[in-house]
Amino acid sequence: MGGMWAVFRRELGAYFNQPVAYVVITAYLLICGWFFTSNLFLAGQAEVRGFLQMAPLMLVFFLPALSMRLLAEEWKNGTMELLVTLPLRDRDVVLGKFLAVFAVFAVAQGLTLLYPITVGILGHPDVGQMVAGYTGLLLTGAAFAAIGLLASALTSSQVVAFILGFFVCFGLYIMGSALSLVPSVLLPLFEFISVDGHLANFSKGVVDLRDVLYFGSVVVLCLAATVNALQGRRWGR
Amino acid sequence: MIQVESLHKHFGTTRAVDGLDFQVATGQVVGLLGPNGAGKTTTMKMLTCYLPPTSGVARVGGIDVVENPLEVRRQVGYLPENVPLYDDMGVIDYLDFVARARGLSAAERGPAIEKSAGRCGLEPVLHRNINELSKGFRQRLGLAQAIVHEPKLLILDEPTTGLDPNQIVEIRALIRELGQEKTVVLSTHILPEVEAVCDRVLIMHQGGIVADGSPAELHHRFQGAQELDITVSGVAAHALKKALSDLSGVEQVSFAEGQQAQDDDGVSCQITAPGDVDLRADIFGLCVDNGWVLLEQRRRVVSLEQIFRQLTRGEAAPTVPEPTEAAAGETL
Ligand SMILES: Nc1ncnc2c1ncn2[C@@H]1O[C@H](COP(=O)(O)OP(=O)(O)OP(=O)(O)O)[C@@H](O)[C@H]1O
Ligand SMILES: [Mg+2]
Repeated sequence: MGGMWAVFRRELGAYFNQPVAYVVITAYLLICGWFFTSNLFLAGQAEVRGFLQMAPLMLVFFLPALSMRLLAEEWKNGTMELLVTLPLRDRDVVLGKFLAVFAVFAVAQGLTLLYPITVGILGHPDVGQMVAGYTGLLLTGAAFAAIGLLASALTSSQVVAFILGFFVCFGLYIMGSALSLVPSVLLPLFEFISVDGHLANFSKGVVDLRDVLYFGSVVVLCLAATVNALQGRRWGR
Repeated sequence: MIQVESLHKHFGTTRAVDGLDFQVATGQVVGLLGPNGAGKTTTMKMLTCYLPPTSGVARVGGIDVVENPLEVRRQVGYLPENVPLYDDMGVIDYLDFVARARGLSAAERGPAIEKSAGRCGLEPVLHRNINELSKGFRQRLGLAQAIVHEPKLLILDEPTTGLDPNQIVEIRALIRELGQEKTVVLSTHILPEVEAVCDRVLIMHQGGIVADGSPAELHHRFQGAQELDITVSGVAAHALKKALSDLSGVEQVSFAEGQQAQDDDGVSCQITAPGDVDLRADIFGLCVDNGWVLLEQRRRVVSLEQIFRQLTRGEAAPTVPEPTEAAAGETL
């Protein structure tokens, strides 16, 4: 446990000692702000729905970008050797890193609250919908972070880790829009796997336990696979 | 402290470590010596639980590295070969991270970091970033992180590679100091280093041990031959050769090129003799008896370097290093 927090602290420090986190967070805020204001001024609507709908697509880029470094860099620099010869369980290493990237994302997401608050001043937003929408985004971010971390465990190149993470996240995201192309037998499966369907409920203001479970299982599965990948690469299986 | 029994590590078809057997007693400072690719690093990676053995047993402090890796890692401090450190961190932050990850409490961390940084001479760079450090200070930081939790066993993979001569001397002194209270296993290519720092030398070759003993023992055991260089004046070369050859113990007398004829500086020749006799007094006596002047006499003993070269020349390698003495004897 203590080991997990040590890793978490280190990773958080690493994000803010380098420009990466600042660049990613700023970009995220700017793009979110742009969507938001264009809604506000062009459509004359003071609501968060448009922003909530665009946000997942941005997460498809931003979370793989935030997590690509986490393990790939350790393989590349050889620091993995020192990290895993500390008395830490692989589980603690993976959890610590996951929590770090999630924390950075949560900070960025938290900062976007600025926009709905403006809405609150200008109009009368649906608070319930907003809370559900943010919960959905945080869960999506957690799932994408876990996917990005897994990608980062599989390679010693950050670029490869990013591309891999991006395609998996994008695949899960796009699946919902491509349902019409899927043979009807597989339709329920695709509906279940795609991020879109689960997220749709949240943006309608509904928090369904099944949707939460979906994101939760993506996170757990990916983190377990990451632990495995760590041991597998090292133990040469 | 360390028990290794028929340890193997194979990478595909490469047998990086091939049937290793040795024990290290608590408090020893052991040097692993061997040519590139001998398996030193691989052995250390198994002892630190980074790589699992293909077969065989390795125990640290009585604990099996496969069965209870966490406990083994708690007892070990490790400096890997190329000193991988987080370049994005500050020196103190890094030591703090290691101390936390090693489970030191908040109250223990400060003094522990101060002590290990102090011993490794890190004071001038404590507030620097790791990517600004010179090679010497990186090496020191690598050592400091390895000792921050006061481990019983220190494993150092080539701790002095890439350092300037002054740094080498300092790091060696530090290792010797650490060796007073801890068990140390280090690897190196530098032969004088082993003699300067280690109580015991293990020479590895092709994944096995080909020689094991203290530096002095190895000298003694491998003193297959000694060579004497002498220069004598007042005698013709052939007469000198004849007289020397009659001395008991002399195996061969040879003259350097163009030294057959006597000149003003006398005749120089080289005498080969078994390692366990001392001919110097006999040669002196011979010269005195004949009225020659012995201008120069020097004995050369086999150096550790020559032992190393003999043992690790590719073709003479023993494939299965059974009892170490026998295997070592075979190659000679
Ligand atoms: N991860 C790996 N995959 C495949 N082969 C490896 C791996 N690590 C080491 N080897 C091989 O195992 C053998 C032993 O390597 P090792 O690094 O242990 O040697 P060493 O004694 O430390 O050499 P050096 O003095 O150059 O550091 C070499 O032939 C090396 O190529
Ligand atoms: Mg090596």
